[in-house]
Amino acid sequence: MALNRSSTRDVSSALLGAGMFAPALVYMLLLVALPFALAFVYAFGDVKVGSTEYHFVGFENFASILESPSFRKALRNSFIFTIASQVLTLIGSVTLALLLDRQFRGRKWVRFLVLLPWVAPMSIGAIGWKWMLDSIYSVISWALIALHVFKPFDAPMWLGEPELAMLSVILVHSWRLLPFSTVIILAGLTAIPKDIPEAAAIDGASFWRVLFQITLPMLRPILNVAQLFGIIFTFTDMTVVYLLTQGGPFDSTQVLPSLAFSTGILGGDLAAGAAIALFIVPLLLIVAFAMLRAAHRAELT
Amino acid sequence: MSLRGRFAHAALLALIVILLAFPFGWMAITAFKRTSDLYNTENNPFLFNEPPTLDHVIYLFQETRYLRWVGNTLFVGVCVVTITLALGLPAAYALARLTGNWGRRLGIAIFLSYLVPPTLLFIPLSRVVSWLDLQDSLWSLVVVYPTFTLPFSIWLLTGFFKAIPKELEDAALVDGLTRFQAFVRVMIPMSISGIVSVVIFTFTLVTQEFIYALTFISSESQQMLSVGVPTFLVRGDVYFWGSLMAACLITSVPTALLYNQFLDRFIHGFTAGAVK
Amino acid sequence: MAIVATRNLRKVFPHADQAAVNGIDLETNEGEFLVFLGPSGSGKSTLLRMIAGLETPTSGEVLIGGQVVNDLSPRERRIAMVFQSYALYPHLSVYENIVFPLKAQGVPKAQHRDKVNWAAGLLGLELLFSRKPRELSGGERQRVALARAIVREPAVFLLDEPLSNLDAKLRLSAREELEHFHQRIGTTTIYVTHDQVEAMAMGDRIVVLHQGTVRQIGTPMEVYDTPADAFVASFLGSPPMNLFEDGAFMVGFRPEHLQPTPASDPSGLHLQLRVSHLEYLGSEWILYAQLEGGRFADRQVVARLPSNTSGYRTGESYAFSVSGEHFHFFDKASQKRLPVRPAWP
Repeated sequence: MALNRSSTRDVSSALLGAGMFAPALVYMLLLVALPFALAFVYAFGDVKVGSTEYHFVGFENFASILESPSFRKALRNSFIFTIASQVLTLIGSVTLALLLDRQFRGRKWVRFLVLLPWVAPMSIGAIGWKWMLDSIYSVISWALIALHVFKPFDAPMWLGEPELAMLSVILVHSWRLLPFSTVIILAGLTAIPKDIPEAAAIDGASFWRVLFQITLPMLRPILNVAQLFGIIFTFTDMTVVYLLTQGGPFDSTQVLPSLAFSTGILGGDLAAGAAIALFIVPLLLIVAFAMLRAAHRAELT
Repeated sequence: MSLRGRFAHAALLALIVILLAFPFGWMAITAFKRTSDLYNTENNPFLFNEPPTLDHVIYLFQETRYLRWVGNTLFVGVCVVTITLALGLPAAYALARLTGNWGRRLGIAIFLSYLVPPTLLFIPLSRVVSWLDLQDSLWSLVVVYPTFTLPFSIWLLTGFFKAIPKELEDAALVDGLTRFQAFVRVMIPMSISGIVSVVIFTFTLVTQEFIYALTFISSESQQMLSVGVPTFLVRGDVYFWGSLMAACLITSVPTALLYNQFLDRFIHGFTAGAVK
Repeated sequence: MAIVATRNLRKVFPHADQAAVNGIDLETNEGEFLVFLGPSGSGKSTLLRMIAGLETPTSGEVLIGGQVVNDLSPRERRIAMVFQSYALYPHLSVYENIVFPLKAQGVPKAQHRDKVNWAAGLLGLELLFSRKPRELSGGERQRVALARAIVREPAVFLLDEPLSNLDAKLRLSAREELEHFHQRIGTTTIYVTHDQVEAMAMGDRIVVLHQGTVRQIGTPMEVYDTPADAFVASFLGSPPMNLFEDGAFMVGFRPEHLQPTPASDPSGLHLQLRVSHLEYLGSEWILYAQLEGGRFADRQVVARLPSNTSGYRTGESYAFSVSGEHFHFFDKASQKRLPVRPAWP
C-alpha cells in the first residue's frame, strides 16, 4: 500500500516536471529544430525569395557552391579567421588574467576599462574601429606617420588591401573577444589553491616554470571552455566582416556566414545560402567534439 | 614583487588597457569635434584644434531616428526578458529537481542548440517570419530572440536552483504547499540573485544581437540600436562620423556602467553554474 | 644541517590593530625537532612562513646557518616545507611531484632517478610512482609531500600542521612515521601545531606561543613541570591545570596530582571534593567536583585517577589532598611563575 502511494507521488512529480519543462522545449523545437530541418529542405531544393515553388534537386546546390571560387575562398578564410583570432585571444587573455590576478590600486577602474570591448554592442565596437581604420582619416595612420613609420599620404589602406583587411578583421574580432576570455580565465585562476604556487616557490621554481608547468596545466579545463565558446562564436559570426569590409576586397575577408548572408538574403538565392550555411554545422560539430574529448581526457589524467 | 617586476607589470597592463579602451576614448573625442576639424588632415587628431561642439549630439537626437532605436531596443529587451523568465524558470526548476537522467539529457540537448548558429537559422527563419507576416516588425525579434537567450538562462538558473538546499523545499512541502507553490514561494524568492543575472545577461544579448535584426527588419523606424547605428547614419556613401561616434559613445557608456555594477554578481552566477 | 634563528622578529599585517608576531627571539639546535605550539591566532604559522620566506617581516631578522636571509626568496633559502594540505601538484604523478624540485633547482638530469628512488625508498613510495595525488590516501599523500621535501636534501624542514587534516586514527600512525623519519634523517625540523599532545610527543623542545610572543621555550618536561606562566601552565596538559586566584598569587595543581589519600606532607593541602560529574575513559577516571569548605570553597576542580580506583559516585563527597611539591605559583598581575615558593597558605 505504501508502495502505491509513493509511486503515484512520483508519477505526479514527473508529470509536473514534464509540464514545467515542456513550454521551453516546445518553443526550442518550433524555433530551432524546425527551421534547422527547413534549412536542409532548402539546401536540397531550389527555393528563391518571392517564389513559392519547390523542386527537390538533390546535391546540385552543394556541387555548384563547391565549384564557386567565392565559396572556396570563404571556407579558407573562415579557418584562418577563427584560428588566428583564437590564438591571439588565448595569449592575450591568459596574459591579462595573470596581470589582473593580484591586488593593486585602481584595480576596479582597470577592470571597467578592460571590459568595454565586450560590453558595448559588437556592431558599435566594429564601427568605431572602422572610423579608426578609415583610409583617409585613420588616427592610427596619422600616429604612424607622425612617428615616421610611413611617409605622409603613404599609410596603408587598412581595410582596402587584401592581407591587411584580413589582419584588421582578425584584430578587431580578437579585441572584442578578449575581455570575455579573460574573465573566464580569471575565475579559473582564483580556483587554484594558494599553497600550490607557494609550494612551487619553495621547491625552487622560477616564475616562468611555475607558469608553464603548474598554473597553465591546472587551468587547462577552463581554457578549454573559453576556447570552445570562442571558436563557436568566431566561426559563426559575420558582424565584424560585414561592417568593416563587407567581405571585400575581392572576397579576401569573406567568411562562410557573411557569404551565406549575401547569397541568401541580399541575393535572394535561399537555397544556395542555406547550402553554404549548412557547411558550418558539421565543421562546428567536429571542433566541438574534439575539444570536449580533449577536455574530458584532461580531467581524467 | 621586486620594483622592476612591478614596473613591468604596470607597463604591460597599461599597454593592454590602452589597446582595449582606446577606441572608446576615440569615440568620445570624435563625437565632440567640429566637422571642419575632423576632416582636416593637416590637424593633429589628438587635439581639439577648434573648440568642441555639441552639434553632432544634437544632430543625432533631432535629425536621426536614434531615440526611436533606443525605444525599440528597450521594448524588445523587456519582452524577451519576460518570455525568457516565463519559459526558463519552470524549465530550470524541472531540470534541477524533478527530472532524473531524462532531464539532464534534455538540458544538454537544449544547450546543444548553440551549435546551430543564427547564421544558419536566419535563412529559414526569414521565411517563417514572412509566413507569420511579421517581416519588418519588432515582434519578429521578440519571437526569435529567446532561441539564444533561453539555453544559457536555463543553465544559469539550474545551477542556482541546485545550490538551494533541498531541505527548504521539503520543509515547505511538510508545511502544506504543493510542489508548484513551493517553486513559486520558496525557490524563486531565494534565487533572486540568479534571476537578476539572467535579466542582465538577456538584456545584454538583446542589445548586442545583429544578424536577425539586420535580416528581418528593413525600415529605419523599426530598427534596433545595434543595426540602426552602423547602417542608417550614412547618407549614400557618406558616413556622418561625428554623429556616428556620438551614437556609439552614448550607447556604450550606460551599458558599461550598468554592467560593471552587476559584473561580480554575474561572474558568481556563471561560475556557480559551471562548477555544478 | 643548519641552525635557524630569529632576532626580534615582528610582523604586523596591514589594517590590523595588533602585531601577529611581536618581537620573537629564538634559535634552534642542530638536528633538533622543534615545535611551535600555540592556539589559533598565536602567530605560529606566520612565524613559520617568515622563516620560509613566504611573508616579509615588518622588522627583525631571520637567520639560517648564521646568515641573514631576509632578502632571500624562498627558493634561495635551502629550506623545504610541508603544507597543511600537502599542496601536491594535482596534475603530476607521484614521481613527477618528487622530481619537480630537482628540475626547478637545475640538478643534472642524470641524477634525477637516483635521488627520487632514494627519497621514495625512505618513505615506502616505490610502488606508487605512476599514481596521481587524487588516487592516494591521506597518509600516502603526507609521505609524498615528505619525499618531495627531502629529495632536495634541505638544511631545514618546515612542517605546517601536516597532521590536522587526517582523521584521529590515521593521525597516530602518521605521527609515528614522522618521528621515525626524523630519527633517520636528522635534519633540523620546525613543526607547527595547536595540539599539545602532538607537541609533547614529538618535540625535542617546544616553543609555546601566545598572541605573537614566546611564553616559554623548553623540553616537554620543562614546559610541563615548570611552566613559565599561567598560560603555559593551562595550555599544556589535558584536562588543564586547576588554577585558583588567592590574594596576590595564582595557585595551580594538575588533575593527576590530586591524591585520594590524605597527605603526610605538612606543606600539602587537604581538600574535600563533592563529585558533580564522572567520566570513565577506560584507562582512567576524570572527576569533576566542587570544593567544600576551606579557602577555595565552591570552586570547581578536576581530578584524574587511574581506572583501578573505584567507588566514586556523583553527589558524594570525598577527601583528597595535594602534595606541596606539586603546587605551582604565579604572580597574579604578571601571570609569571614565581621562582621561589611564597609563604602560603
